[in-house]
Amino acid sequence: MPDEVHVTIGADEDLVSARAQARALADQLGFSRTDATLIATAISEIARNIVVHVGQGEIVLRSMEDERRRGLVVIAQDAGPGIRDVEAAVRDGYAGRTGLGLGLPGARRLMDEFEIVSEPERGTTVTMTKWRIPDELELLRERRRSG
Amino acid sequence: MEPDDSDGTKVPITAPAVDPDLLHELVNHLRENREALREEWVRRITEAKLLSVMEPDEIFSEVTAVYDNYVTALETGSVETLQEYARDLSERIIPRGVETDEVLGIVLLLRDVLARSLFVNYQRDPELLHRILDSYEPAANSIAVTVGVSFVDERERIIREQQESIRELSTPVLQVRERLLILPIIGVLDSARARQLTEQLLAAIRDNRARVVVIDVTGVATIDMTVANHLVQAVEASRLMGASAILTGLSSRIAQTLVDLGVDLGTIKTVGDLEGGLEEAERLLGTSAPGLDEASPRPFQ
Amino acid sequence: MSVAILHQGEYVIASIQSDLSDREIMALRDDLATRVGEQRARGLIVDVAALDVIDSFVARALRSIAETARMRGAETVIVGIQPDVAIAMVQFRLNLEPLRAALDLDEAVRILDRLVKRGSPDAG
Repeated sequence: MPDEVHVTIGADEDLVSARAQARALADQLGFSRTDATLIATAISEIARNIVVHVGQGEIVLRSMEDERRRGLVVIAQDAGPGIRDVEAAVRDGYAGRTGLGLGLPGARRLMDEFEIVSEPERGTTVTMTKWRIPDELELLRERRRSG
Repeated sequence: MEPDDSDGTKVPITAPAVDPDLLHELVNHLRENREALREEWVRRITEAKLLSVMEPDEIFSEVTAVYDNYVTALETGSVETLQEYARDLSERIIPRGVETDEVLGIVLLLRDVLARSLFVNYQRDPELLHRILDSYEPAANSIAVTVGVSFVDERERIIREQQESIRELSTPVLQVRERLLILPIIGVLDSARARQLTEQLLAAIRDNRARVVVIDVTGVATIDMTVANHLVQAVEASRLMGASAILTGLSSRIAQTLVDLGVDLGTIKTVGDLEGGLEEAERLLGTSAPGLDEASPRPFQ
Repeated sequence: MSVAILHQGEYVIASIQSDLSDREIMALRDDLATRVGEQRARGLIVDVAALDVIDSFVARALRSIAETARMRGAETVIVGIQPDVAIAMVQFRLNLEPLRAALDLDEAVRILDRLVKRGSPDAG
């Protein structure tokens, strides 16, 4: 089970691959089908931004855990022109250059944690996380497996 | 040597390179003395007061099966058949109340009975005895682990099943008649429960091909904005699956409060009581009158 | 083939077989627009059961498909939205208005039959 998956985003077709890889990792990490769909949908939006507005970028999928929870972190990075008004961009109703918005408020609603850093001419990094809490039985099995 | 306690994978016996002649010798010894050794084993089980919930003839027949599987596992080096048998056995005895310590106990007793018998048989040739035990011990330990893990796996599988049942029972989606489902919600509706409830509702819509669902919230403890939003989301998701939803059990006072809070219930049909809701549902389902296309899902706003 | 398209009476049925790229979705939209026009179809059914993800782009494309179909005289019904996808769409607040959704092909045909019989599509 990989801890980290890198997805290169450079073309239209890469979105299909990004969605599939996100789902696969989410499944492996034990997320429910619904949560895996939420994650894949959020990634689809962010990946599309990269393709449409920048042309090139990378998405890293990483598994994370602390005592209580298991998480999937998504870090989407590009070296593009950046978003001038990030605060506006994450609000509903933002239309942007294309008039279609950036799907950011939607992606934010789908994930548990969402952070975006963007500077004009310096690129954009979106970091979002989905958590799940394994139940007692699963924690027991994990302890047994590692202990 | 790591047992893989997911389903059905082999636990390899990582014994030191086993001399096939020695193994053959060992297995023969165990087969030739089968009756005597089995009897001894049963005696020790009874003495230790294990498997007390089972009848003597049951113990005897299970013991025979375990013994034979044990010897086969030693002979073939593969615990697959043993694993299968152990799971099967566990499935049968767990509901009877047999505990983990009992299962481990009887397997360890068999290991001891067989080891002693090897000792008695080969004590005149210490060097040979030594080599035979070298072959026997790791295999026997692996077998004990296999049986133990299979038993625990089975217990956990049963616990999971029970958890699922409890979860489903707490949110029953009832089919009233063809195409019509009722979801009575009782108790507190937090986001975890709302999610689970929505998933169950949508699965039921799909499985029953429902066109109308009546969601009754009479039994919901508190209906605040968060709860209302959960309900709205459940209704909207139902629409995406082609089902109209009617919310019942919402007093007009609460409905008004929600509207004041900015919750848009506008496009959701609400009816005061369940009975009225069911009537409305029947109306929706029975509509074939021209001019009013209410039975098909409304465009949602 | 990514999308299987059949003509059944006055209806066009497009069955998406796998996840589509944005380009493929746009191509589908154009293809359906042509077919609806050429066949003088009264109804269009789009089966999205194979889509594991319906994001804002897909939602927009479906709306666009329906609008174009309507301009050519056909009503559209989307079928096969999976439960987890429905939950994601709602949580995302994806708007599929003014599209109709039905559970499956049979339901879609039932809805279209009634709409078509009445003679004129809803104002929506």
